[in-house]
Amino acid sequence: MSALAHVGAGGGGAHAAAPPQERAGKSWLPYLLLLPGVLWLVVFFIYPLAQLFAVSLYSDYPDYPGYYYQDVNFHNYVRALTDFLPHFGRSMLYAGLATFFAFVLAYPLAYAMAFKAGRWRGIMMILVIAPFFTSFILRTIAWRQILADDGPVASVLKSVHLLGFFPNGRITETWVAVVAGLTYNFLPFMVLPIYSSLERADPRVIEAGGDLYANGFTTFRTVTLPMSMPGVIAGTLLTFIPAAGDYVNAELLGSDTGTKMVGNVIESQFFKVLGGYPIAAALSFTLMALILAMVFLYVRRYGTEELV
Amino acid sequence: MARNDGKVSGFRDAKGDLRLENVTKSFAEFTAVDDLSLTVPRGSFFALLGPSGCGKTTTLRMVAGLEQPTGGRIFIGDTDLTGSRAYERPVNTVFQSYALFPHLTIAENVAFGPKRRGDANAATMAQEALELVQMSHLAGRKPAQLSGGQQQRVAVARALVNRPEVLLLDEPLGALDLKLRRQMQVELKRIQTEVGLTFIHVTHDQEEAMTMADTVAVMNHGRIEQMGPPVQMYDLPKTAFVANFVGQSNLGQGRITGRDGDFLVAEVQGTTVKIPSARCSVESGEVTFGVRPEKVSVARRQPDGTGNDVRGRVLDVSFIGVATQYLVQLPSGTVWSAYEQNLDLEAMDLRPGDEVWLTWKPGHAFGVAPDADAVKAAEAAKVGSTQ
Repeated sequence: MSALAHVGAGGGGAHAAAPPQERAGKSWLPYLLLLPGVLWLVVFFIYPLAQLFAVSLYSDYPDYPGYYYQDVNFHNYVRALTDFLPHFGRSMLYAGLATFFAFVLAYPLAYAMAFKAGRWRGIMMILVIAPFFTSFILRTIAWRQILADDGPVASVLKSVHLLGFFPNGRITETWVAVVAGLTYNFLPFMVLPIYSSLERADPRVIEAGGDLYANGFTTFRTVTLPMSMPGVIAGTLLTFIPAAGDYVNAELLGSDTGTKMVGNVIESQFFKVLGGYPIAAALSFTLMALILAMVFLYVRRYGTEELV
Repeated sequence: MARNDGKVSGFRDAKGDLRLENVTKSFAEFTAVDDLSLTVPRGSFFALLGPSGCGKTTTLRMVAGLEQPTGGRIFIGDTDLTGSRAYERPVNTVFQSYALFPHLTIAENVAFGPKRRGDANAATMAQEALELVQMSHLAGRKPAQLSGGQQQRVAVARALVNRPEVLLLDEPLGALDLKLRRQMQVELKRIQTEVGLTFIHVTHDQEEAMTMADTVAVMNHGRIEQMGPPVQMYDLPKTAFVANFVGQSNLGQGRITGRDGDFLVAEVQGTTVKIPSARCSVESGEVTFGVRPEKVSVARRQPDGTGNDVRGRVLDVSFIGVATQYLVQLPSGTVWSAYEQNLDLEAMDLRPGDEVWLTWKPGHAFGVAPDADAVKAAEAAKVGSTQ
């Protein structure tokens, strides 16, 4: 009885004041929820990025290698783009090729999983994801053995007289091995988004294509493929972006000369070359800008309100 | 048309009545459509009516070419379409979920069919089709920006624009609310009259089938139970299932005991009734007797004469406005319903528990092959409807 009265009184008394208070509460709550994430980003992303940009403009003391002073020296960027232009070219080319091959392999796989697999779908999904249970480095090292000169792939190609078509008559330590490694390592990132967009597609909509005089291929071209475009775009971005910045595949599967990508240069300038910090920072920034520009153009071109 | 080979155009130019001959569709351990034969005259509005799982949608999909029959043949006119693919047939479907292409605008959706057939005027045709369904003002939108009713109209336009020989409608109004559904029923009927194409409308809503179609076929367990004009279906059901599914019926199990002129005399749960022999599908032995609720009148005293009456106790009275529905329990335990139009100046003022007499003209009675399950189902529907 007293509790009831109390609730009643409380409700009545708070009635006038409650709504504005509630509105005020609602206005700061989202910011409070955002705070940890924002703090994290500021401390571990924004600040290091600013620091990196600052370093990319440093100049070094000519007589004291490894010592720099704060400066606004754009010469680092000029050097990055002149001395290491081939590496940028390779990064873009290898990442582009890997994205293309990953797409060619992933689309039929995702299509089969979405429409034809039936009860095997779950098992196929596990098989696609399973490699993630082993370390990325370890798997790439394993490919070294597979693609080695006396390994299974080279032996088979040699016995059917196809090895001659490969650069220097070998696979390992060539661009072929690097692109193959990149394709392999980023394939799941292509498969999964395409699969999920195909799986979401209403099978009736695809049937409607057939009902409206489009044969199998035309239905695929005009209905199924456009409907899976959000997945294709997400998949190509998730493959291209990390592949363009990758250095592990070029390091482990490529040669010491001629297949190095920007990532390898950045790595060696940072960790192996005395006095390489500013140029490594400039390379990092240039790579980032390049990727951003390409992604921007790509999304503008094909792009898509459904992506987000 | 130019880029299609001769075979495709051959199927596509088919004209005439739609004819199904002994069509059967079996899945692993289940026969969805069982030896179905029917003819739909060109230009008619035909409804396939039945409960879910009766095979009506499978039948429709076989006509569309989205499924192939496991037996039998499908013709349009003299052209045998059996085995041809969906895109080769002069048949278009309005899907239950509309199945509009989400990546295309409304105008592009409607122009899809004509474009695939290589029609140079695809855009103009789409524009005209959208006008027919009063949707031209939304031509530039994407399907996701439209309401259910608007998507439905677009789906109709997308199929109609091709001027198919047969237009299939797969429960196209199922997702709409009642008011919109009524409106679209009238509209679809108008469009069908205007364009004069063969419409095949699949539905589980008997009222929808009755109001729209020239001919209704009631399907059950993959077979057609009865086929005919709506009025005939309602007035004279040929099976207990139809008596139940098309409108409501008061049913009772009985036995034919003799003949009295044009009437058969039957003993139904302790009551003697007459059935016009022309309205009875069995000649002798067991029979399921039926009479429609609105043909039954309720009286406080036993009426004179006819002999078609039975005493009962009122279970429930529901006032519906234009009529009052009475649920009356007969001495045998069976529950019947009766509709009385509210015409009298003084209401009868019956209450649950009152003793009444139910009476009907013998000419309204019908008899069908005995079906105890249907009798039970009829009763469950009535008692269920008041709870």
